[in-house]
Amino acid sequence: MRIVAAMSGGVDSAVAAARAVDAGHDVTGIHLALSRNPRSYRSGARGCCSIEDSNDARRAADALGIPFYVWDMSEEFADTVVDDFVAEYTAGRTPNPCLRCNEKIKFAAVLERALALGFDAVATGHYARLVEGPGGVEMHRSADHGKDQSYVLGVLTQEQLRHSLFPLGDTTKDVVRAEAEQRGLQVARKPDSHDICFIADGDNAGWLAEKLGPRPGAIVDESGAVVGEHDGAYAFTVGQRRGLRLGVPAPDGKPRFVLDIEPVSGTVTVGPRASLAVDALHCVRPLWCAAPPVAGEYTVQLRAHGAEHRAVVRADGDRVEVELLDPADGIAPGQACVVYDGTRVVGSATIDRTSRLARS
Amino acid sequence: MTDAPLAYLDHAATTPMWPEAIDVMTSELARLGNASSLHASGRAARRVVEESRELVAERLGARPSEVVFCSGGTEANNLAIKGLYWARRAQDPSRRRVVFSSIEHHALLDPVTWLAKHEDAEIAMTPVDRSGRVVVEALRAEVEADPSAVAAITTMWANNEMGTIQPIDEVVRIAREHDVPVHSDAVQAAGYVPLDFAASELDAMTVTAHKLGGPVGVGALVIRRELDPVALLHGGGQERDIRSGTIGVALIASFATALDLTVERQAASTARIEALRTRLVEGIRRIVPDAIVNGDPTAGPTHRLPNIAHVTFPGCEGDAMLMLLDAQGVECSTGSACAAGVPQPSHVLLAMGYDEVAARGSLRFSLGHTSTEDDVDRLLAVLPTVHERALRAGVR
Repeated sequence: MRIVAAMSGGVDSAVAAARAVDAGHDVTGIHLALSRNPRSYRSGARGCCSIEDSNDARRAADALGIPFYVWDMSEEFADTVVDDFVAEYTAGRTPNPCLRCNEKIKFAAVLERALALGFDAVATGHYARLVEGPGGVEMHRSADHGKDQSYVLGVLTQEQLRHSLFPLGDTTKDVVRAEAEQRGLQVARKPDSHDICFIADGDNAGWLAEKLGPRPGAIVDESGAVVGEHDGAYAFTVGQRRGLRLGVPAPDGKPRFVLDIEPVSGTVTVGPRASLAVDALHCVRPLWCAAPPVAGEYTVQLRAHGAEHRAVVRADGDRVEVELLDPADGIAPGQACVVYDGTRVVGSATIDRTSRLARS
Repeated sequence: MTDAPLAYLDHAATTPMWPEAIDVMTSELARLGNASSLHASGRAARRVVEESRELVAERLGARPSEVVFCSGGTEANNLAIKGLYWARRAQDPSRRRVVFSSIEHHALLDPVTWLAKHEDAEIAMTPVDRSGRVVVEALRAEVEADPSAVAAITTMWANNEMGTIQPIDEVVRIAREHDVPVHSDAVQAAGYVPLDFAASELDAMTVTAHKLGGPVGVGALVIRRELDPVALLHGGGQERDIRSGTIGVALIASFATALDLTVERQAASTARIEALRTRLVEGIRRIVPDAIVNGDPTAGPTHRLPNIAHVTFPGCEGDAMLMLLDAQGVECSTGSACAAGVPQPSHVLLAMGYDEVAARGSLRFSLGHTSTEDDVDRLLAVLPTVHERALRAGVR
């Protein structure tokens, strides 16, 4: 097959590209320029948009003997990922931009361009397994459970999966690093990327504050009494405990958590841990890997590297109702609920609202 | 080593060295001696440099003392525009305006904008017409708005993306009328049109070796003796005290050999290359009827370089086509600058009045002394599939 290997400049995508070459594919390395300001070097190389990362990707392609180009996706990225990230926080939700990027950029804009230009598939260094199943291509959790990235890929449809290649799915990170070393790839010991690639220092609240400016509002308790003030509700996420700077201590002296963010007034509601627990997720915008799930018991994951929860899932057109069999804490609207059947990814939906079921 | 391309159509980026220039370079690399040393080895090295200088001067219609060797086009342009700006402003602090065309190479544009940002220069950018030629009357108006405040005028001899040749005679006439120094970046022109520095009446002119079959890393600023630009590099004072640095004997000797051969063979090769260009353009039009060939359609030394064809493919992205052609062993350019490997829309096409989509949907094919009909035919053989796929991918 003719393959586009998306090469971020990290060790995973370099080894993924190498394995695609070994498998006999005709591989072209592509580095996606996602930042609008690619001239800036960044220390630490934690993200995926610096010139240093681009050079690392180029050098890995050199080592593999494959052609290498940079595709400028910065406009698409700004329009569909960064702007959405800001809009979601402004609306009081907590988005995951990596899912968005996979859905709209890596396996959409990039894949479509690759297919039009005569390629057959896009290979990435994600840790997830693709297997041929009775209902088409199935995506499963990675063999390396610690590194599993199937959560951020839960937005991919059958059509996207059929043109995707994850050569690292059967491997653990240790093996990938050792293999990179053995192949003589200079990125073998490069640190993993963390955080959100377009927020260089990992300070989401500071980055949002710079974008949105101060938007002061009140912090109230569950009774509606004002217990503090803040400079912008976008700095908070449901379940957050740190950085509340509350002037009025809780009556019971116990820590308080963000329970709710009301975007119009900017009111942030806080309360005790017990009030964080929810067991019903009302979700929208479902994206299924193949057929929608039949109503029944599944497991769901609610954040990257988060725990699995047993749940009853009912998909109904554009809406998905998820009943958690054990309550979960700190679930923020905007997060993705990815549904699993065993290790197989069924698909995902975006949490719109959470609630507590009245149970006996 | 990668295999040689099947068709190299990017001679305006760099062109293969003449075998004679490689021979001279390798034999001179084996020579011992710093050209500034006073002993026999030094004198021998110096003799090679001065003979090369004489040859370069002769071939460019200049005097040997007017040839200042340096590292290439970027340095020569920086030396010319910054050096002249600083010198002229030192004579009269009111001289702060730099008049230049909107289609200059980045090696000229960026020093000018740097002067504006850091040295208080005032930018006076002259527009071009739809063929990429400076509008002389606009340049005149810029100068005459305040002639005594003009530090320098610069206009490239031929544009590197379009091949459009600029009205250097008229630019010089305006400069002379107002007694302002005038420079021209002749990097792209030098290999393909006759240059006569004295006859041009320019004050300064940039040339570089690797665009005409010499090595990368050497070029010259040809500059009248009475002009005394402020140096960029300070040190041993080699090269007229304008440019310090140990003299690169082998590079300079090879440059002189390449220029000599290029000029000697220019008349014959121009006709041959123009015929190849015609074959290329006609072939592209046959395959892609809506392709637009940009720049001046007329051939000849006052119109367009014989070796460049700049083509817009509507509905396609230049960098997608470049990649697909590359995969077929056909090498060309989008003609525009890159930032971190990301092609930027060509400032030249934008200046010519094209929109950003057209500016991103273009390729520059450039021919040279080693080009053959086979090179052109190889492009034409793969173009139908490449164009179809690029069209399918569309413009983002």
